[in-house]
Amino acid sequence: MSTAYPTTWRKPPQMIQSRGWRIALAVGAVIYLVLAIGTIEVNWARVIAGMERAQRFVAGFLQPDFTTRWRDISTGLMESLTMTFTSTVVGVLISIPIGVGAARNIAPQWVYYICRSIIAISRALQEIIVAIFFVALFGFGAFAGFLTLTFATIGFIGKLLAEDIEDIDEAQAEAIRATGASWLQLINYAIQPQVMPRLIGLSLYRLDINFRESAVIGIVGAGGIGAALNTSLSRYEYSSAGAILLIIIAIVMIAEYSSGYLRKWVK
Amino acid sequence: MLRIDGLTKTYKTGDKALSNVSFDVPQGQVIGLIGPSGAGKSTLIRCINRLVEPTSGTVRLNDVNLPALRTGDLRRARRRIGMIFQEYALVERLTVMENVLSGRLGYIGFWRSFARRYSSRDIANAYRLLDRVGLMSHADKRADALSGGQRQRVGIARALAQDPELLLIDEPTASLDPKTSRQIMRLIVEICRERGLPAIINIHDVVLAQQFSDRIIGLQSGSMVFDGPPSGLTEAVLTKIYGEEDWTAMRKGAAEDADAEAEEKMQAEKMLRAL
Amino acid sequence: MSIASAETQVWQHRTPLKRLMLWAGWLACVALFVWCWERMTQRTIWAFVWDAPNAAADIGSRAFPPRWSYMERLWWPLWDTINIATLGTLLGIAMAVPLAFLAASNTTPSRLILRPIALFIIVASRSINSLIWALLLVSILGPGILAGILAIGLRSIGFIGKLLYEAIEETDISQVEAITATGASQGQILTYGIVPQVLPAFYGISVFRWDINIRESAILGLVGAGGIGAQLNASLNTLAWPQVSLIILVILGTVVVSEWVSAKVRHAVI
Repeated sequence: MSTAYPTTWRKPPQMIQSRGWRIALAVGAVIYLVLAIGTIEVNWARVIAGMERAQRFVAGFLQPDFTTRWRDISTGLMESLTMTFTSTVVGVLISIPIGVGAARNIAPQWVYYICRSIIAISRALQEIIVAIFFVALFGFGAFAGFLTLTFATIGFIGKLLAEDIEDIDEAQAEAIRATGASWLQLINYAIQPQVMPRLIGLSLYRLDINFRESAVIGIVGAGGIGAALNTSLSRYEYSSAGAILLIIIAIVMIAEYSSGYLRKWVK
Repeated sequence: MLRIDGLTKTYKTGDKALSNVSFDVPQGQVIGLIGPSGAGKSTLIRCINRLVEPTSGTVRLNDVNLPALRTGDLRRARRRIGMIFQEYALVERLTVMENVLSGRLGYIGFWRSFARRYSSRDIANAYRLLDRVGLMSHADKRADALSGGQRQRVGIARALAQDPELLLIDEPTASLDPKTSRQIMRLIVEICRERGLPAIINIHDVVLAQQFSDRIIGLQSGSMVFDGPPSGLTEAVLTKIYGEEDWTAMRKGAAEDADAEAEEKMQAEKMLRAL
Repeated sequence: MSIASAETQVWQHRTPLKRLMLWAGWLACVALFVWCWERMTQRTIWAFVWDAPNAAADIGSRAFPPRWSYMERLWWPLWDTINIATLGTLLGIAMAVPLAFLAASNTTPSRLILRPIALFIIVASRSINSLIWALLLVSILGPGILAGILAIGLRSIGFIGKLLYEAIEETDISQVEAITATGASQGQILTYGIVPQVLPAFYGISVFRWDINIRESAILGLVGAGGIGAQLNASLNTLAWPQVSLIILVILGTVVVSEWVSAKVRHAVI
């Protein structure tokens, strides 16, 4: 061995090159964690009292009681399912023109801005907050829930649809334009065939999300199985609550698997 | 030295990838393994270090029968068998140095490797190897920042870091341009000469095989149909190996059969499942 | 000639049937929709619905302008909200990472027992919204930000776990093979062959979930799990609309900032 090779090697920093910044970030993170954890106030007496309830909840989850509250559960479930389906259908129907309008490559600029802001508002507002408002406006019940989910669906499908349209193969659109087609014919012949499978896939995915959300908005009074869950939890009926949670999990699993199959089938 | 005797591999699908392959590899001999796609070249190489489990037969490296080894002993045997891969198979997101040092994994414990605390001997050796393959200045770069030829050089350095007694080389030039291919082959053969290392090079390019190996073994659907010096590769022999069709066209066949791939994947999964 | 005509016949025969089935499918969908609509609106009081525009105008006129002076009482809940999201995400990561390795088909130690259990935990966590988790935890632990952190953490397990185990299953097998060939142990194969490959996905997923968690933690206070949602709930109960509008503006602002941060970090990582 004629030349001496280095006998130490340290992995060079991958993300932040400056040593000062690395130390500052690490120290900052530690300080933040200490401060943040410091704000957690734990009422230990309450927690210990709660352990007994936790046991009862776990027991209720393992031995769910479907029968006692079956009337509440079945009405709630029916509301959730019907709400999910109707809101997805209406939401998708409304989001199609909005999605088309929010695609930069085919919509005029003023339409683009209007549609993009509708989407932005829908996406920025939490479902729960929207539900609170719709309950205040339209009264308690499934109708407010239906409107909430429809509103959320518009933002979701509209955004993804618009992105899909922006990503389409320009050559196909060019070819159709070259035949002297009108704007509507352009949508029908060049855009629709390209985005249709994706749109169906997205709608099925949203159906799944809407069901999950429908289980939540009942907590603020917008109908559905969430209301039944809220009631059973506030009465400490953990075996009924366990039954409801198991139903929700089962339906979500079924929805996930079947929508996976459906999407393959559509392709 | 390596002694292979009666090596046979039958896949679950019933396809016979290797049937009764036997040969010896003496110290310092570079063997070129040629044959059409699907002849079992890749399977043969992987049966030696058991990335694919052979069905029957013995593989003796210095009188240790590899197919009979249990997990721990197999690891100890593997660390003395360097392997160089077709698509380089570097860990793309690690640095060049880490890739070279990963050749030492079989020699050190988990926590030392986790903390990248390699001994100063290993590190000096890794630098020496990088210098040897001409990548000294690239040690701290990430592997995915290198060109194809450079990556294959890192692959060579990684195999050498294992301090191997045998090199298994699987299509080292398959994803490289002709000029780089020659450079890489020359480098491999030079290194084998320097260290007196025996090597089995699975290669689809007959011309490269002839130019760089001491001995050629021809495989045809899992059986050895030729074993002799490169000068013995006559038109008649090549026709026997590659079949009636124009063998020059056959050289281009790059991909091994899907069976081998599926089997490898299954083996890798099995290894990981034991975690 | 005869073969060609036979094919044409079959082709002509099938198209109307397919079309008929398509129409029947659409009809079934419409019928289902109408039926669902009827069921759903059974208990709707339409008088409220027709009165909604007036109610909206009324609330709108009360809500503006927002009561800016209320801001000084929002800083602390806002800080709590961010802590709930951040600590909850960290908790979720800590639980999701081992689960993801158990759930990925190429790293799971036992395909028949541990993998289905891990997958069930992931699905269960994903099916239950963080607000439901919070409801449950508040009922067990009492109100406070601890319940919020746990709720966010429990919900994040499923999200991070699912995306991470999919990333693990997509790793390049040849890199793993190369590390195996050096004689590495199982643990070394994991840390050298697999972890470097999934690390970028891991960072991306975590930051993405943190961004979502900021939104979710903003409303957990509605059920008593701490954060700015508690103020929202109090203001709603007292019909203090100018405060409500301010709180919603603050929440929107936070969401926009967190989305910006998350986009920046994800861009830097990938």
